[in-house]
Amino acid sequence: MVAGGARPGAGTQSLGPLLNLRLAQPETIADLRHLPDYAGVTRAGDVVRIGAGTTHAAIEDGAVPGRVGEIMATVARRIAYRPVRNRGTIGGSLAHADPAADWIGVLPVLGGSAVAIGPRGERRIPLAGFVTGIFETALAPDELLRAIEVPVLPAEARWGHWKFCRKVGEFSKATACVLAAPGTPPRAVLAALDRPPLVIEDAGALLADPADEAARIVAGLGEMAPWRSALAQAALRHAATAAGAP
Amino acid sequence: MKRIAIALTVNGKAVEVVAEPREHLADLLRGTLMLTGTHIGCEHGVCGACTVEIDGVPQRSCIVHAGSCDGASVRTIEGFADDAVVAALRESFSREHALQCGYCTPGMLVVARDIVLRLPDADEARVREELAGNLCRCTGYRGIVRAVLGVLADRRAGSSRAEPR
Ligand SMILES: Cc1cc2nc3c(=O)[nH]c(=O)nc-3n(C[C@H](O)[C@H](O)[C@H](O)COP(=O)(O)OP(=O)(O)OC[C@H]3O[C@@H](n4cnc5c(N)ncnc54)[C@H](O)[C@@H]3O)c2cc1C
Ligand code: FES
Ligand code: FES
Repeated sequence: MVAGGARPGAGTQSLGPLLNLRLAQPETIADLRHLPDYAGVTRAGDVVRIGAGTTHAAIEDGAVPGRVGEIMATVARRIAYRPVRNRGTIGGSLAHADPAADWIGVLPVLGGSAVAIGPRGERRIPLAGFVTGIFETALAPDELLRAIEVPVLPAEARWGHWKFCRKVGEFSKATACVLAAPGTPPRAVLAALDRPPLVIEDAGALLADPADEAARIVAGLGEMAPWRSALAQAALRHAATAAGAP
Repeated sequence: MKRIAIALTVNGKAVEVVAEPREHLADLLRGTLMLTGTHIGCEHGVCGACTVEIDGVPQRSCIVHAGSCDGASVRTIEGFADDAVVAALRESFSREHALQCGYCTPGMLVVARDIVLRLPDADEARVREELAGNLCRCTGYRGIVRAVLGVLADRRAGSSRAEPR
């Protein structure tokens, strides 16, 4: 159906408002929740596979096992409100790629990949490169996001997440997430700006000197309103400190 | 455009209805089924007035497509008439002046019931966090928070005396 032009629909927690505002006027919607195993979490060896249809609420309640699950549960609890989380899905959020959304600002630090399916079969897209623009992803128009695969984390993995919003459940004005796991360089992501998330594959410098490095990273993004720049720097600083920076 | 035939359970009764292609569940409930206890405020998921239970958990009926509810079980505020937790909440809402015009109340009660059952140990900060998705233009929220905390406290006291719930 999707190859034939139908618009995929998952939780419709982003698509629903677009339909009501007449910003989206699809001819047909294909309800992905009918796909087998669309929701649910399985672990195979060192990889946790999260079905794209897994709701934010299921993740909040601990559907993802281990240290990576603890991190994801904390993030999930701060997405929107419980009735929205009860229907909204991690796959829908990622595919929608709202620059201010939560998962796109966190999943890149976990490593791993998005599993896409389409007429040409299945392929894996690294999560760090999945979001390519504002509301744009690496999915082809006839492809669907099927699952997200993230590596398990050792219990000692440290992380920091900082999100600024004035009211609980509001979309973020600036988000940063930093993960420091033994054996790999620390990773960071800066998101919720008017651009796709900035993924920093080696955030060692940020952990060593959060204030100076945050200022340098944000300056590198070009022109930005002063309040935005201040929030973005604060986000990186706080996340780095929580992940173990001095 | 094709109309969509759907079969669902609403407040325990099986119903078969035909929905417009772009109809959302709140319109189906209020229009076709005349269950006007479900209120519509913003129609984009923000205000919480339209919150109902779908398959046992609170969801926004304004951003759930009616066509996606084929086979679903929906419970609106009318369906909680005999529910013990909602009965306790109704009493404490009226005691604490937790409503004035009543527009937000159906959604507040559905969410408040979920808080009471899912988070029996919730404190004031948690209750406020959980209620953040339900807007009230009248009361200033203090009465609503107190009403929910009151039911939580009563239930904690009750269960420590091992009374039936
Ligand atoms: C009031 C409110 C507040 C919110 N606040 C936040 C917030 O603070 N942070 C946050 O991150 N999110 C927030 N959201 C959005 C919420 O997280 C949504 O659940 C999420 O963005 C979309 O998930 P969904 O399953 O509902 O997707 P849908 O709305 O069904 O789909 C969204 C888009 O993705 C496409 N799509 C869906 N699934 C797939 C797939 N598997 N493959 C390809 N394309 C697909 C659809 O065609 C559509 O274009 C909020 C939503 C509401 C209503
Ligand atoms: S009418 Fe549905 S949330 Fe406002
Ligand atoms: S009582 Fe009027 S909106 Fe809440």
